[in-house]
Amino acid sequence: MTLLHFQLLSAAIFCIGLYGVLARRSAVLVLMSIELMLNAVNLQLVAFGAFSGFGTSTGQVIAVFVITIAAAEVGLALAIVMRLFRSRGGVNLDEIDVMRG
Amino acid sequence: MGLILFYAAATLTLFASFGVVATRNIVHAALFLLAALAGVAGLFVLLYAEFLALVQLLIYGGAIIIVILFALMLTRSGEYEGETETRRRPFAAVAAALLFGLMTAVFVADAEQFNTNTRQAIPFRTLAEDLFAAWAVPFEIASLVLLVALIGAVVIGRAGREEDETLPEDDGPDDAQEPVRRGSRRRAERRRRGV
Repeated sequence: MTLLHFQLLSAAIFCIGLYGVLARRSAVLVLMSIELMLNAVNLQLVAFGAFSGFGTSTGQVIAVFVITIAAAEVGLALAIVMRLFRSRGGVNLDEIDVMRG
Repeated sequence: MGLILFYAAATLTLFASFGVVATRNIVHAALFLLAALAGVAGLFVLLYAEFLALVQLLIYGGAIIIVILFALMLTRSGEYEGETETRRRPFAAVAAALLFGLMTAVFVADAEQFNTNTRQAIPFRTLAEDLFAAWAVPFEIASLVLLVALIGAVVIGRAGREEDETLPEDDGPDDAQEPVRRGSRRRAERRRRGV
């Protein structure tokens, strides 16, 4: 089990999330794909921290911050999704083409 | 033994990730996401990051998945089961494949630069000292970000409704209780739908 294993796995998860973000139609599904991408980045950070040989905790600390930002992002984004659903009757991203609420 | 555990967790994570982006049922996608997050938590344990594995399970599995399921429930997930992909699907697949190829090439090319094959455990004490001493200012800013996001979610969720000025302000960012506070016509409509 080397760093390369974790790097390749993280890259695969990130690219699967990227595909989801680009290809999915529903805003909630796009959000889930973004969560996947954030998790891939976290995995990369923690793997580098563990394999670096320095014994520093920087990777884990930044991963904690990423998780925090992800929680804030999901709360805000789902509020926006609810608002969109109420005002437009759906969360299809292709039909959302105005900026004003 | 470690390698077997790694491959088990990696298989679970990859399979569940494919499920998130491939399934047509949106609730199944949320449950696949939960499995993927649990797999990543397992990988954190393999990297000796037990604290992060715990945080991962608590925040992602406990909070984020629940909020996403609430949003699915309140936005009537059933109507999206027909067509969940856009016409950009082939382009998206090509872009993801290209990025994966690029990342693989870079990681393999740089592999000898990071040739430490031993994982190193970070003691809790070190992690806590770094988090609360060296990273104290970003830590406080993160709490501020969470507060702003909380208030913003409440404001965004509440705005645009005229007739509910008298209602209490102390609800959280999750919109689970919102339909009850709306106008009587919409309230009756939501009740009829069973939300």
